[in-house]
Amino acid sequence: MTATIDRMTDAAAGTHTAAGPRPRRVPVVLLYIGLALIAIVTLLPFFWVISGSLRSLDEIRADPGAWLPTAPTLDNFARLFSKENFAGYLFNSVAVAVMVVLGNIVAAAAAGYALGKLHFAGKKIAFAAVMASLMVPFTAVFVPQFVVTVNLGLIDTLAGIALPSLALPISIFIMRQYASSIPDELLEAARMDGAGEFRLFFTIFLPLSGPAVATVTIMSFLNSWNNFIWPLIVAQSNSTYTLPVGLAATSQASANVTDYGLVLAGAIVVMLPVLVLFLFLQRYFVQGIAASGLK
Amino acid sequence: MTALNTSGVPRKRRPRGVRTSAIAWIFLAPFAIVFLTYTAIPALAAIGFSLTDLQGRDLRNPFNVDFVAIDNYVRLFADARFIRDIGNTLLFVVVGVPLTMALGFALAVSLNSGIRRLRGVFRTIFFAPVVTNIVAIALIWQYAFNSDGTVNNVLANFGFAGPNWLDDTNTAMPVVILLGIWRNFGTAMLLFLAGLQAVPEDVQEAASLDGAGWWSRMWHITLPLLLPTILLISVLLTVFYLQVFDEPYLLTDGGPLGSTESIALYTYNQFGFGNYGISSAASVVTLVLVAVVSVVQFRLLRPRT
Repeated sequence: MTATIDRMTDAAAGTHTAAGPRPRRVPVVLLYIGLALIAIVTLLPFFWVISGSLRSLDEIRADPGAWLPTAPTLDNFARLFSKENFAGYLFNSVAVAVMVVLGNIVAAAAAGYALGKLHFAGKKIAFAAVMASLMVPFTAVFVPQFVVTVNLGLIDTLAGIALPSLALPISIFIMRQYASSIPDELLEAARMDGAGEFRLFFTIFLPLSGPAVATVTIMSFLNSWNNFIWPLIVAQSNSTYTLPVGLAATSQASANVTDYGLVLAGAIVVMLPVLVLFLFLQRYFVQGIAASGLK
Repeated sequence: MTALNTSGVPRKRRPRGVRTSAIAWIFLAPFAIVFLTYTAIPALAAIGFSLTDLQGRDLRNPFNVDFVAIDNYVRLFADARFIRDIGNTLLFVVVGVPLTMALGFALAVSLNSGIRRLRGVFRTIFFAPVVTNIVAIALIWQYAFNSDGTVNNVLANFGFAGPNWLDDTNTAMPVVILLGIWRNFGTAMLLFLAGLQAVPEDVQEAASLDGAGWWSRMWHITLPLLLPTILLISVLLTVFYLQVFDEPYLLTDGGPLGSTESIALYTYNQFGFGNYGISSAASVVTLVLVAVVSVVQFRLLRPRT
């Protein structure tokens, strides 16, 4: 395969030298075809979910594997909100996400400022704690987390679902990296004038931190909205289910009749907010993911 | 990882050291409280619980339990299910990590240097699975891989009769792993792209002028410079696949016949049965595996970087 591409490159180079600096035409066309194929395979599940959600139960039963709806209907979405408790799940997901996002902005801005801009006893240990908690597997800590939550009296509450995610290490890390990049001179000048650290934090650091706050908002929203296993453990009644837990429960409840239209419509309700956000704010998603791995 | 060092003004030049320390810890308090309550103490508690006979009824008073030393670990490693689940999890790692990395790398190289147009569009498409909700996606995969689902519908067009993918011990695991790859190759691609952009272009051009072909430049310049990125991605993915839960739980619930049950799913199931001691022991095994894998991978790759 490689040899083939090399030979093609050479052949193309030979024929195109006079034409200028674009000698690798044939492989580039192959590349586009390859990339397009992988893109189509990547997008197929998204196509199936839209197509399936618009098909009635009878239609799906008649031909489960069909690609397109013959008589598109929004009935599945109507049933989600009238017969299933998706309005409640949606409210719970939004409420938990709001708590998580606000918590992360406050905790990460403050901790990021301290770790990036202040010099104090225990700083290395504090930063090592942030880095170490990025690597602690969730499955290694959820039993004690559950014990803590039980003893705080927060089982089956939205607060119990939100609490462990209120200060995510990735948020602290993003904020700390950003704080480090702000020049010390900016803060030193204000310190000379006698401003305290809290004043510096609120009047100089926070107003400058827009891009980092945006990244933290996106990352913590994504984390909260897509979180599954912890809400699955903490939420024990239909009234505290978040969207993913409610969706999984709906699908299990309908396992005997396989009401796929309903389930796929539910999947759209769960997926859509993040996908729309992603399309508009892609840059911040990319920054957040890159920050979790690099630097 | 160089940016991790806490560079700055030396502490001795700061006369207000003590006061700043108190203020700094006030700033750190929200993180510190959540970290201690939900990460540091639980990680230590998991080790403690794994040495006790903690049951569901002891939840409100976890100190009132009996110390059973390594009994839970003895029972764990005598359990054929757990041994099988370790095997399943390692299969995830051994198949999933290289395939995810290879696909991510190929796409990153193609997007970085192979093509000029539509780069952003392709990047957005390949990254979309990373942000998509796993519960929603798993349901679509169930729908598509049903015995009369869309995948078999496609196969039928080519004259093949597909199996009932998720109910067949031969095909369930490949589909579950495929979902893991579908969900993660975008992250690998993104991190590789960031790594590739840090490879200096003038070095590439100089080598090119010296007559080095594409493959030679890849092997002698790009890959060595990318080693830290390769290491990082392999550690991230290995750690991810070692604790894989969502994909097998949602697609097959560990079935058929336990052929897709992972260590994390075992931990969760024991937790569900109220066997918190055993569940904690299984979680400590995960903790140890993750730690060992991270150390080994860093050691293996460090001398060459």
